[in-house]
Amino acid sequence: MTVYEGYKPVIGLEVHAQLTTDSKMFCGCKVSYGASPNSRTCPVCLGLPGALPILNKKAVEYALRMILAVGGEVALHSVFTRKNYFYPDLPKGYQISQYSQPVGRGGEIKYSLENGRTKNCRLNRIHLEEDAGKSLHPSSKERYTRLDFNRCGVPLIEIVSEPDLKSPEDAYSYLNKLKQILQCLEICSADMEKGHLRCDANVSVLPKGKKKLGVRTEVKNLNSFKGVKRALKYEIARQIKILRAGGTVKPVTLWWDENRRAARLMRTKETSEDYRYFPEPDLWPLAIDMPWLDSIRRSLKELPDHKYNRLVKQYKIRPYDARILAADRLLADYFENVIACYNNSRDVVNWITTEILGILDETNESITEFKISPAMLAELLKSIDDGIISGRTARQVFREMAATGNSAARIITSRGLRQITDKKVLLKEVDKVITANPKQVEKYRSGKTALLDFFIGEVMKSTQGRANPELVSDLLIQLLKK
Amino acid sequence: MPISKEQVKHIAGLAHLKLTSREVSRYTKELALILDYFDQLKVVDTEGVEPEKERVGEALILREDKVGSSLTQTSALANASGGNGEYFSVPRVIDK
Repeated sequence: MTVYEGYKPVIGLEVHAQLTTDSKMFCGCKVSYGASPNSRTCPVCLGLPGALPILNKKAVEYALRMILAVGGEVALHSVFTRKNYFYPDLPKGYQISQYSQPVGRGGEIKYSLENGRTKNCRLNRIHLEEDAGKSLHPSSKERYTRLDFNRCGVPLIEIVSEPDLKSPEDAYSYLNKLKQILQCLEICSADMEKGHLRCDANVSVLPKGKKKLGVRTEVKNLNSFKGVKRALKYEIARQIKILRAGGTVKPVTLWWDENRRAARLMRTKETSEDYRYFPEPDLWPLAIDMPWLDSIRRSLKELPDHKYNRLVKQYKIRPYDARILAADRLLADYFENVIACYNNSRDVVNWITTEILGILDETNESITEFKISPAMLAELLKSIDDGIISGRTARQVFREMAATGNSAARIITSRGLRQITDKKVLLKEVDKVITANPKQVEKYRSGKTALLDFFIGEVMKSTQGRANPELVSDLLIQLLKK
Repeated sequence: MPISKEQVKHIAGLAHLKLTSREVSRYTKELALILDYFDQLKVVDTEGVEPEKERVGEALILREDKVGSSLTQTSALANASGGNGEYFSVPRVIDK
């Protein structure tokens, strides 16, 4: 890697994923975003004296799905631990987490780089823990930090990778794959910008040829995919600069500031963490029984890699298209739902990858918000096949469907877009075009038959694209022969 | 079991407590006494005894993912000082 001339970056990521359970991890408070501040709290998640945690079964199930999906090892006994620290967003003064006996160990994530190359990142562990509250940091005038505890106690899994990632691009692609898997398993919405997925990175650089890992720093607050790439580039460059100048990298924790595109010192490791972990006395160790684990294994959703292989095989679509669909479970579902009503996979995939993704990109909507249902798209495609509209008109109808949510049939009727297939009407149009273009007719008759497209184009123009092109073509050939 | 003044200062730091040097001396003595008291547990020989994972009828109980009731915003904030009716408020935290 020439970019880092003589140095090899070594990156490990710690990713926190918010699980999409209905209720919190240790109490029945509803998990909801955008509720008024502190309206989803109770004695348990506010850390009031005497309140006791009761673990949410679904949170455990979701963690198990992830561990199984990445080929990790499920611990049949795991232990919850108190991680003690004082920060205002943590009302109990400790976070219930897992430390020396996490529920999942090992596993790996296969990811593809933009050039198509496939790489592997081993996982160290996956464990369950609870989220903290949200602090609103005041403007410089205010004396207070405001706290909202609605998020406090929301279940998280932390996915800790081994330091197998060798570049910011690796980290970016790894995260993308992680997101796809989480979405596919329906355990996390995985929207980084909304904080469902949060990432800390451990970064060090290794002079080429050396084996011993360099001193690593931790970069926190990476809250967008692009931010991860930028922050890692920044930190790698910073470390290389220090080493080149003959200095040593200090083991510090940095806070990434996306607005300033720079990291600032959060704490030095000397004054660092002393979390005084100890087994959570309010919870027995978590025991997982085999029948439960087996039933979760059996009900696992199809993972992106499997989906990719199946889509290529079953629908004979191009690998490039299959990759797009497999990366987004909802889009793949949409595709298969259209196919159920209209069995021409290549047409459907083309419409999805060009027209639909184009519109979604413009409107910044997700496929679930898209106004054209799979059945509606199937109806539109059928009306092309049935000769009711031309492919060109179909694109116009499609745009209107996407904007209004009206059906193809309704738009075709109300706008009078139905294709003209009446021979008498078409004959008139063809006649007009032939009469109006004597020179071209001459040339055509003297052998320049490529001019046929010109005549078809003229007829299409005069009928606002509504003429059936095949019929027009047949009629023109007949009449021009004379 | 003795405890050093440095350890006492460290623990105080973790708890965000500022101690005067007199307090440090005092707590160094008092904490040593407390640690001595707990040291009595070392009399028990736990060699080869596995930590207790579960006991009949006392395994970790899991709850179904059902939404229950929460406190209202008003009652959640009822005992909070310096609040503005929506948020808990604490002295300004800058370092994060």
